[in-house]
Amino acid sequence: MSALIDKVNQRFHRYLDKKREVREKRKLERKRDFKRSRDLYILLTPYFLLFFLFTVLPVAISLIFSFTYFNMLEFPKWAGWENYRRLFFEDDVFLIAIKNTIMFAVITGPLGYLGSFVFAWLVNELKPKVRSVMTLIIYAPSISGGAYIIWRLIFSGDMYGYANAFLIRYGIVLEPIQWLQNPDFIPFIIILVQLWLSLGVSFLAFIAGLQGVDRTLYEAGAVDGIKNRWQELWYITLPSIKPQLMFSAVIQITASLAIAEVAMNIAGFPSVEYAGHTIVTHLIDVGNLRFEMGYASAIATILFVMMLGGNLIVQKLLRRVGT
Amino acid sequence: MAKRQKGYHPKKRNILYRVIKKLMRLIQPGNALNRSLGGDVVLLLTLLLFGMFTAYPMVFIINNAFKPLSEILVFPPKLFVRNPTLNNFTDLILLMSESWIPVSRYVFNTVLITVVGTTGHVIFASMAAYPLAKHKFPGVKGLNKVVVYSLMFNGAVTAIPAYVIMTQLGLIDTLWAIILPAFAFSLGLYLMKNFMEQIPTTYIESAYMDGASEYQIFWKIVMPLVKPAWLTLIILSFQTLWGATGGQYIYDEALKPLSFALNQIVGGGIARTGVVAAVSLFMMIVPVTVFIISQSSIIETMAHSGIKE
Repeated sequence: MSALIDKVNQRFHRYLDKKREVREKRKLERKRDFKRSRDLYILLTPYFLLFFLFTVLPVAISLIFSFTYFNMLEFPKWAGWENYRRLFFEDDVFLIAIKNTIMFAVITGPLGYLGSFVFAWLVNELKPKVRSVMTLIIYAPSISGGAYIIWRLIFSGDMYGYANAFLIRYGIVLEPIQWLQNPDFIPFIIILVQLWLSLGVSFLAFIAGLQGVDRTLYEAGAVDGIKNRWQELWYITLPSIKPQLMFSAVIQITASLAIAEVAMNIAGFPSVEYAGHTIVTHLIDVGNLRFEMGYASAIATILFVMMLGGNLIVQKLLRRVGT
Repeated sequence: MAKRQKGYHPKKRNILYRVIKKLMRLIQPGNALNRSLGGDVVLLLTLLLFGMFTAYPMVFIINNAFKPLSEILVFPPKLFVRNPTLNNFTDLILLMSESWIPVSRYVFNTVLITVVGTTGHVIFASMAAYPLAKHKFPGVKGLNKVVVYSLMFNGAVTAIPAYVIMTQLGLIDTLWAIILPAFAFSLGLYLMKNFMEQIPTTYIESAYMDGASEYQIFWKIVMPLVKPAWLTLIILSFQTLWGATGGQYIYDEALKPLSFALNQIVGGGIARTGVVAAVSLFMMIVPVTVFIISQSSIIETMAHSGIKE
């Protein structure tokens, strides 16, 4: 009898031990899982700390500042919609800046986008070695840092400027033209330089996208009655690279609304009769030179809304490609 | 094939057609369907013309850098150099040694900003991209959205509050004011995340089962697999930082980067044209070299750049 009780007891204890073991193992696993997600958050931290500090927080602060009067010295004073009212009803220069920004964006944005695609498409037809060389040549303006400064020498106002020398030599003009001092020419030159710079990241994205298009689709398309390269482009290529179309649109819109550095370095700051004045240069003028931070923040907020709005609209339109 | 059915026979074409076709085959593989030779030639000419437009200022910079002053100022101006000289470079060194900030200082600043900023960006962005790309936890979707939205606006929008934040942190007039924001460029994180998404999850899970910690998985498994993306982040961050002027954050002359100095020399007028060309050549040659080395990796990374729904 006692032997039987011992046996049962033994089994019971073994059962208890096993249960404890399982529980401990689970606990350890849970601990490891906890450690795992903790590690993941730690990996995220440094980047997002800086990201929130220099990207997200400034957007929020800018929104709040835009409703205040703030000169960096005194504590900000609440001003309501005053800054926005001043922008649209009292600040003539801001209206010029908006007009210029929209003009530059409407021309350089779509043309840059189209150019990036068309030239990526043409380059993609070439043999690999020729392709790398052409990619470099077309992308080079955007990698060469401040090299666009060279355009200032080309459009220099005396007869040693290359544009002037060319025109004088062929007798098209007799006197050197003051390219960068003449408000009629300034916008064209800024647009030209900006276009020259606009085949950047989006151009590379297009090349990559085109190389990734499934080649069997073209063969299938030929069987299904596609006759020329244009039909092939519209029915096969474009729908295949839709993600790149979206991505590049974002990059182009954002860049074309923020034209400033080129304008400032080519046409001067401030430019003659504000011909090269954009929202961003106005922002720099108000913020960095006049220290009206509240007012500058209102300008920034308007630009922010324009960029985000432009992007969302274009994203909506692009979803329709190939449908 | 389709054309042959219509009674088309290539042998009947004249000699000119065949010569052009042979020439085109040198640069085009010729295995594409639906192509006409005429179209190929016209489109190629367009490409060449445009290539000249984008290449012109570069050819200009390279040639001008080696022209003697007399040749730069010749009327009418010539694009190509006839008597190459290194005078512009010696002039540059002379000019810079006479100025109270030696040129080496500007070069040092630019190199420091570029190297530290790029390294930090690649490491931090990859660290953050890994959890976003390969794990599900509360907040992933939100963070991904914030990053995509941040692609949609430009740093100019946040310039004023960023300046205030820099002042509060005491970073004005230090190189950190350029370097720290560079660590958190959003395009880099975005590209890295998209590239990491294509790593098979089984690699990561089996390593985890074998007892590897997330840090080990990240460093030993994920990072070696995304080398093309590193190079892409490097060139993008490199070209931004290399051209950075630090305009609104740095007022101390000794901390200014090279492109700021370049802008000042250009402002010096026509007599400095040679020196400008020399500096421009230097500014251009470094990122171009980096790009040539990393081109194929960049293309590979960009293939995953698209915005999907």
